[in-house]
Amino acid sequence: MANMEYNVPTERWPAHPETATQEGQNKFVGFWIFLAGETALFASLFATYLALKDSVPSDDHLLAADLFHLPLAFVMTMLLLTSSLTSVYAVYHMRNNNFQKMQLWLGITVLLGASFLALEIYEFVEYTGLGHTFRSSAFGSAFYFLIGTHGFHVIVGLIWATLLILRNAKRGLSVYTAAKVNTFALYWHFIDVVWVFIFTIVYLLGVL
Amino acid sequence: MAQTSARKQGVGSVIWEYLTTVDHKKIAILYLIAGGFFFVLGGIEAMLIRIQLAVPNNDFLSAGLFNEMITMHGTTMIFLAAMPLLFAFMNATVPLQIGARDLAFPFLNSLGVWLFIFGGIFLNLSWFMGGAPDAGWTSYASLSIASPGHGIDFYALGLQISGAGTLITGINFATTIITMRAPGMTYMRMPLMTWTTLVASVLIVFAFPPLTIGIFLLIFDRMFGSNFFIVEAGGNTIIWEHLFWIFGHPEVYILILPAFGIFSEIFATFARKRLFGYSAMVFATVLIGFFGFMVWAHHMFTVGLGPTANAIFAVATMAIAVPTGIKIFNWIATIWGGSIEFTTPMLYALAFIPSFTMGGVTGIMQAAAPADYQYHDSYFIVAHFHYVIVGGVVFALLAGLHYYWPIMFNTMLNETLGKITFWFFFIGFHMTFLIQHFLGLWGMPRRVFTYLDGQGYNAANMISTIGAFLMAIAVIVLVVNIIITLVKNERVGMDPWGDGRTLEWSIPLPVPYYNFAQIPLVRGLDAYWVEKKEGNGKMMPSESLGDFHMPNNSILPVVMSLGLFIAAFGAMYFPDGKEWAIDAVSGLDTKPWALPVLMIGLAITFVSMGIRSWKDDLGYYVTKEEVERDLEELERGGK
Repeated sequence: MANMEYNVPTERWPAHPETATQEGQNKFVGFWIFLAGETALFASLFATYLALKDSVPSDDHLLAADLFHLPLAFVMTMLLLTSSLTSVYAVYHMRNNNFQKMQLWLGITVLLGASFLALEIYEFVEYTGLGHTFRSSAFGSAFYFLIGTHGFHVIVGLIWATLLILRNAKRGLSVYTAAKVNTFALYWHFIDVVWVFIFTIVYLLGVL
Repeated sequence: MAQTSARKQGVGSVIWEYLTTVDHKKIAILYLIAGGFFFVLGGIEAMLIRIQLAVPNNDFLSAGLFNEMITMHGTTMIFLAAMPLLFAFMNATVPLQIGARDLAFPFLNSLGVWLFIFGGIFLNLSWFMGGAPDAGWTSYASLSIASPGHGIDFYALGLQISGAGTLITGINFATTIITMRAPGMTYMRMPLMTWTTLVASVLIVFAFPPLTIGIFLLIFDRMFGSNFFIVEAGGNTIIWEHLFWIFGHPEVYILILPAFGIFSEIFATFARKRLFGYSAMVFATVLIGFFGFMVWAHHMFTVGLGPTANAIFAVATMAIAVPTGIKIFNWIATIWGGSIEFTTPMLYALAFIPSFTMGGVTGIMQAAAPADYQYHDSYFIVAHFHYVIVGGVVFALLAGLHYYWPIMFNTMLNETLGKITFWFFFIGFHMTFLIQHFLGLWGMPRRVFTYLDGQGYNAANMISTIGAFLMAIAVIVLVVNIIITLVKNERVGMDPWGDGRTLEWSIPLPVPYYNFAQIPLVRGLDAYWVEKKEGNGKMMPSESLGDFHMPNNSILPVVMSLGLFIAAFGAMYFPDGKEWAIDAVSGLDTKPWALPVLMIGLAITFVSMGIRSWKDDLGYYVTKEEVERDLEELERGGK
């Protein structure tokens, strides 16, 4: 079967292997439509957060301006933005039929994503210690739901990428695996874009 | 692996085939059976409501049970009957109409139907497990947070599961229509059914995520101790209303647009005329979809958003009448001068025009915000939305059932019984709901379980209940019709209505599992009609006979859906007896097994997703020889 062929010689490797088959094209278009739905999902989350920002039961409760540290959020932003760049490298090598380098850059993407996640967990633990929890106020609920949904997407992305690296390790590159890697990269960029909005709307607007 | 459909099968293997199938034609039948079952269930709930309201001071249902009944009637009819039944017809027709061998994602199609079925079962288990949800189908947070017991949890979790299935199906149809069209099938040659499916799918993609978030807020508040709607902790219940209606209003168009599609096909077929103003129809469909997202606050005029917001939403709402009016006039112009054949589907289509228009007119009345303050929460509203949903969507479902039955089951429903069903349903429908406009204007509030004698509501309510019984008779006749037709099993040949215009009528019945031996070449709008009039009456192939690729069956969709079904029980019983829980459940016994059940359920789903990603699923090839054998057999049997 045509799309089962692994280690295709480069002269026969298509310029866009991810959309070289009908299945690949379907995945590409379908995933963009899925991301449109995800946009509506995060828009609803942002709206909820903005409606409940600093909405707390009593005066002694911490507010956004008391909590957020821009330096930490900046480091997290940089980690995630860089991981988006490394996933572009992975796709670049995928299109150039360079399997080893693709795997390497995917691995680096996972490491950067995992460090982002570690900092996010650190941040959550710190806030919880200060009394800003999911159950302490409507503000807390909205904050953890928005950031947590993004964090959950990061976790899913990390597991996804790790599974792809492992499953493809024995198989190599084909137009079938190329479509999978490309779909992951689309997802990862989307997560990154959402974070840019979180950085602006939650952290920057929170401390300004 | 090569298909089993031609061979004789035992009961067990038929069940296994339907559990694992990824074939859009079989999934259509799954949607039809499950949706039909829930339609009957919702209908029984409606009858119980009407019996309770038939006479004043009735105690047939208690006040609490009445609340559960109206909630489950609305929720069941919208989410578990109307939408799945529309998906049944979309699945049965859209791939055939665009000349495709299946949907873009056959696996996801199967996942969608199983999520819907498990979500629907979960929601209805509430009847046997401590009481159904009772906060209305809109489940406003101020009511739903206070509702004791687990009724609301069944609503939230059940809709979350079935809603995920709907979203997946929406993405699937949108992708299919964009990428899988046959050569020559340009956008402006797509049948209206396909167009409305495309627009409805896009609406699903943008409308369901806000509902997902709204329901998550409710789930977290009720089961995990958050404070989104807990006013003492800074929460705000209006957020639910906004999120619900940002979903809820487009939902109305998700239902009505495919209904418009079905009727557009029926009008053209049985008036034996090309649909009048095709491009205007397409434009109006897209415009309705676009406006559908800008009018949600007209459900919230009395919330107090202020005159500016109310005015904007009022004007936007009135604007929707323009594209809808375009459609009504185009349908009339299609029939005008046509050679009309009064088949059962055509009767529904003809009855639909005045019935739906009446619902539309009362809609415009409510769009005027100051007037809406008078209509709000009265039977006028109940009458209005039943006129659009029953007079529009349910008429379309019944019409579509008769019209597309041959494609799905290779037989024809009995026309005489079909017409008896129609007349009972048509008269019963108007008898039930026309009078409710007046009840509303006389001051009868909706969602109240009884009324006093001497308020002037007695006669009108009795008339309404008698009308409901006429509709029940219609449905019983329909069920008899279906049973007789299935038992007789008189096969029909291709194009059984004789005037099929679009591609789905150009294929032999039963439809081969690969749909098209050769993908057809489309030469114009109403592709099959073009060939009938200008060619030799057969579709021209766009490819030579050859091997082609088909997807494998899989049991994973059932397993994934089952995982979420199990997890939902864990989530639901998790807050019982916890000190942070809301009053509704904090007094119940603690359930230490709840968290493990939640984890196990989610693990089942996520592990099966991992398996799906890990394994290569490349499908299989149907060989040229196999297709040639089928074609020869058809030639022998056909003549």
